[in-house]
Amino acid sequence: MDTQSMDARTQEFLDYVQAGGQVETGDWMPDEYRAKLVKFIEMHGNSELMGVLPERDWILRAPTLQRKLALTAKIQDEVGHAQLIYRVVEDLGKPRSASLDDLVSGKAKFHNVFHYPTKTWGDVGVIAWLVDAAAIVSQKALLKCSYAPYARIMKKICWEESFHILHGRDVILAMVTGSREQFALVQEAVDRWWEPLMHFHGNPIPAEEDPMFIWRIKSQANEDARQEFLDGYVPQIRELGLEIPDKALAKDEETGIWSYTEPDWEKLRAVVTGHGPASEERLSFRRLSREDVAWVERVVLAEAA
Amino acid sequence: MIFEVFRQERKGQPLQHAGTVDAPDERFAEIYAREQYGRRQESVALWLVPREAVSEIGEFPDEFEMKYRRVDGYSIKARLREARERAGTLEAAPGAGAAE
Ligand SMILES: [Fe+2]
Ligand SMILES: [Fe+2]
Repeated sequence: MDTQSMDARTQEFLDYVQAGGQVETGDWMPDEYRAKLVKFIEMHGNSELMGVLPERDWILRAPTLQRKLALTAKIQDEVGHAQLIYRVVEDLGKPRSASLDDLVSGKAKFHNVFHYPTKTWGDVGVIAWLVDAAAIVSQKALLKCSYAPYARIMKKICWEESFHILHGRDVILAMVTGSREQFALVQEAVDRWWEPLMHFHGNPIPAEEDPMFIWRIKSQANEDARQEFLDGYVPQIRELGLEIPDKALAKDEETGIWSYTEPDWEKLRAVVTGHGPASEERLSFRRLSREDVAWVERVVLAEAA
Repeated sequence: MIFEVFRQERKGQPLQHAGTVDAPDERFAEIYAREQYGRRQESVALWLVPREAVSEIGEFPDEFEMKYRRVDGYSIKARLREARERAGTLEAAPGAGAAE
């Protein structure tokens, strides 16, 4: 094999995507690009699927019927996102069953925020409002992904996410305008979720060193995403009279840049590798439900055959 | 079986490629597509096409660069100016006086 010309072809591909070029399923792509796409998109799919578990815990405990219905609809959306995303991964060569195997065995990762328990209804509000807000910052940046089929489904996903954020904000507004106890529940939830939120966009690795950015799978550096989140949401949190548990959090009015206490990146690494407070519980639940519904697949495939 | 899903957002708009579903047969493909691309009233029509049924044309050679078929094949500025000069309408032309 002529590796010299292979390299030239890869270089040409790299130049193409870096100039904003987009790639379709059937197009030639370097193996490394395909592998990076699978890893990135699969983790996104896993996160959508695992992300419903913290909220699922509250379907039966939602305070009103309207909230129960809205929460169920949000969860249905998130599972739908997982389905759309796993399909993109399948077209890149990794079957959904293989993705699910790697998820339940702990080999594949999912987002840090879904490794934490949901202790109160306040947590459910904060998740729908702020976790989804953090996620939509990343997902909006994926609309420009060099892999076009992923960018296309992101349009639909972002459209649905906007309802999630509003639903979350509405839950929070109901509580901060309610009793003192309700307000306290929200404040406690913000305190609990602030660290995971600061971890959410990852450590501030420079974009030029991030392989996901180099291949233009992502179009935004981690720190830029975090800054966008802080800029959009810190004022929205503070205007409700809520406090953010970081004394160092402040915006430099001249540069427009937020400074904050450096999050513990080791802790983030530990959480996403399965050592978070709810990691094991969530994975074993997913394992269980996978075994539980295995018969459906068998019946469906047999009937269609 | 893989089905390509095309989605129409509103009547009169083009059906655009939305994504794909993997289903054991057409019946299931319909259910999945309805669920994933239509459950929120985001579509007024869906087309499901088995992937094998799609014939794709992906190359459009243009060896002769037939620019005369496109607007960028024409540059009329200089000639128009000359024509207006001859006709004595240069002063009255739109944009006259302004820097060209
Ligand atoms: Fe989602
Ligand atoms: Fe969401």
